[in-house]
Amino acid sequence: MTSPDAAPILPSKHLLGIDGLSPSHIIALLDLADTYVVQGRAIDKKTALLKGRTLINLFFESSTRTQSSFELAGKRLGADVMNMSVKTSSVSKGETLIDTASTLNAMRPDILVVRHQDAGAAELLSRKLDCSVINAGDGAHEHPTQALLDALTIRRHRGSFEGLVVAICGDVLHSRVARSNLRLLSMMGARVRLVAPRTLLPCDAERFGVEVYTDMANGLAGADIVMMLRLQLERMAGAFVPSAREYFRFYGLDREKLAHAKPGALVMHPGPMNRGVEIASDIADDVQVSLISEQVEMGVALRMAILDALARGMA
Amino acid sequence: MKRIAFRNARLIDPASGLDAKGGLLVENGRIADVGPRLFNDAEPNDPEVIDCRGLVLAPGLIDCRVFTGEPGAEHRESLESASLAAAVGGVTSMIVMPNTDPVIDEPSLVDFLLRRAQATAKVRVLPCAALTKGLAGETMTEIGLLQEAGAVAFTDGDRSIANARVLRRALSYAATFNALVISHAEDPELVKGASATEGEFATRLGLPASPAIAEAMMVERDIRLVELTGARLHFGQISTRASLEVIAAAKARGVNVTCGVAAHYLALNELDVGAYYTFRKVRPPLRSEADREAMVEGVASGVIDVIVSSHEPQGADTKRQPFASAAAGTVGLETLLPVALSLVHNGQAGLSHVLKTLTEAPARIFGLPAGRLAKGAPADLVLLDEGEPFVVDAEKLHSRARNTAFDGRKFQGRARATFVGGVKVFDALAK
Repeated sequence: MTSPDAAPILPSKHLLGIDGLSPSHIIALLDLADTYVVQGRAIDKKTALLKGRTLINLFFESSTRTQSSFELAGKRLGADVMNMSVKTSSVSKGETLIDTASTLNAMRPDILVVRHQDAGAAELLSRKLDCSVINAGDGAHEHPTQALLDALTIRRHRGSFEGLVVAICGDVLHSRVARSNLRLLSMMGARVRLVAPRTLLPCDAERFGVEVYTDMANGLAGADIVMMLRLQLERMAGAFVPSAREYFRFYGLDREKLAHAKPGALVMHPGPMNRGVEIASDIADDVQVSLISEQVEMGVALRMAILDALARGMA
Repeated sequence: MKRIAFRNARLIDPASGLDAKGGLLVENGRIADVGPRLFNDAEPNDPEVIDCRGLVLAPGLIDCRVFTGEPGAEHRESLESASLAAAVGGVTSMIVMPNTDPVIDEPSLVDFLLRRAQATAKVRVLPCAALTKGLAGETMTEIGLLQEAGAVAFTDGDRSIANARVLRRALSYAATFNALVISHAEDPELVKGASATEGEFATRLGLPASPAIAEAMMVERDIRLVELTGARLHFGQISTRASLEVIAAAKARGVNVTCGVAAHYLALNELDVGAYYTFRKVRPPLRSEADREAMVEGVASGVIDVIVSSHEPQGADTKRQPFASAAAGTVGLETLLPVALSLVHNGQAGLSHVLKTLTEAPARIFGLPAGRLAKGAPADLVLLDEGEPFVVDAEKLHSRARNTAFDGRKFQGRARATFVGGVKVFDALAK
């Protein structure tokens, strides 16, 4: 079992994005996470590694799995975990992000996990707070723990990333998950493809060293991993995509489209899913191809690894 | 096996540059053979032989901008009645606009239109679907599903999309499916309530008028959005020199854009409104003589790709009104070819070049198999006499609506027989 005075794994006391990490950081984190998968499957899941430490979850956007995943990861490591719900806090009374940060800082937390609708919010907080800041999603910028848990899931099935063809499909434009994943996977040697209608592709996406497709059959051809993204309901009403039924017909993952991928290709989704919009139910529920439940399990282990790694840098 | 042999024709195929005496053989609705030597030596022994007597045999015309009243206003024009006019005019394919009631913005309505056309129309009907739901200019339609249902292009018909963000996303989405978008270029606020082009003449008549630049402004904007999104865009009709110059410049820098001109902007100018003649009220309004000349030049130079009728049926109820209150639009399926041929007779463009704007060019823009005299192509043909004089008589038009802007005008050249898929749909040869 690792301890706070083991060698540091991360280059900084914050985890703000995949940008800033190197392949060796990522491999060390994934190795550490593997040990927490074992711990999570034991009868006694709890250690005292972070005993006495305080972790605050500050979520400005609603979240079920990320927030509970961090909460569980913290509790399994023995930390005191507090969830700040923005709806009942003074943020909804008009307090600025900086004022919220100073208030929280005065409570002397050790780790702040933050999700915010604006890109750069985690970065801003990291400059204003004394504690470690973990970005749990900032606007359409980064969601590093999601990319890391996806990497953990992939590595446990495929062994390595070198040469893997990963197709990231759907609303890439608004997706921080896609941005973090394409950064991480490209860095680790995978061949990343983005597949989406042009309205959901960010400008100059090709400049990230990825291949861009607007057609699922071509984009999925020969893929090892098919990563589906969530399409927000409000984006289906004609602004970016004309309707849910049209989206499902051309971009929803069903058996017919999946047949273009490599035999044995695996399907991932960061959740929550829109069944019948971006993914057909029979695929989502098929344990032979779908890693979706496993991603959730890996999420807890990976976040325990991150809390562990950040705690090593603390005095 | 149904065979028709055409002999002794002047074959003009703008797609291949063919312009020579020869023959053509139709088999099972397709062109089986064509060429200068065909049926030269021996009389064909086919059951049906048509002696073309030296008349021009060309691909049937494709009219890219047709409004009908079906569904919703069949009392003005149905697909069937429009197709009768088309057949007489040598038009074998009508690309119909979605501005009907209900608007063609649902895959099931495209399907309906195709079935109605199959059951009632004499010529091919190729539906355009709306680009935005209800033509409201707000939310894009199901371009992928509509394309699968058979829509050949996406347009709000005679409406401009005022909101640049909506158009940008629609173009971007259409580009995903390589779908063609047709734009109507008129700044909606500048032209609101106008029935004439601003200038001395409109001022004399006291008509509410809009500046001619209302068109070029939108052409310019749309072209910038095409460059941003990589979409394929066609301007349904332009009418001013300023628009022509903007499009010529865009084409010169490689932008994927094409345009059409309605026949009336080639033959009429604002003065033809005369004493508030509402049958010559069109949208956009007739322009200055300089703009009319520019349109002729644009066709001759090839910057304007296609000539269209902008066939728009109106009834006496909507036309017999004071000019400003009257509906805009003219029927044009039967006068499209004669007006286009006037450019040939005036020495402004060659016959093959003019026919190209009505056959090969629209087929290329809309991705249609017709529009050429080639083996295997659909036997959509027009036999035309380019010299035959005639006077337009509104009462003798074949469309249900008779609101022609050309009543009483003299032209030279018209269709004498029309074939769609090898089936004769109009025949005036015997007369």
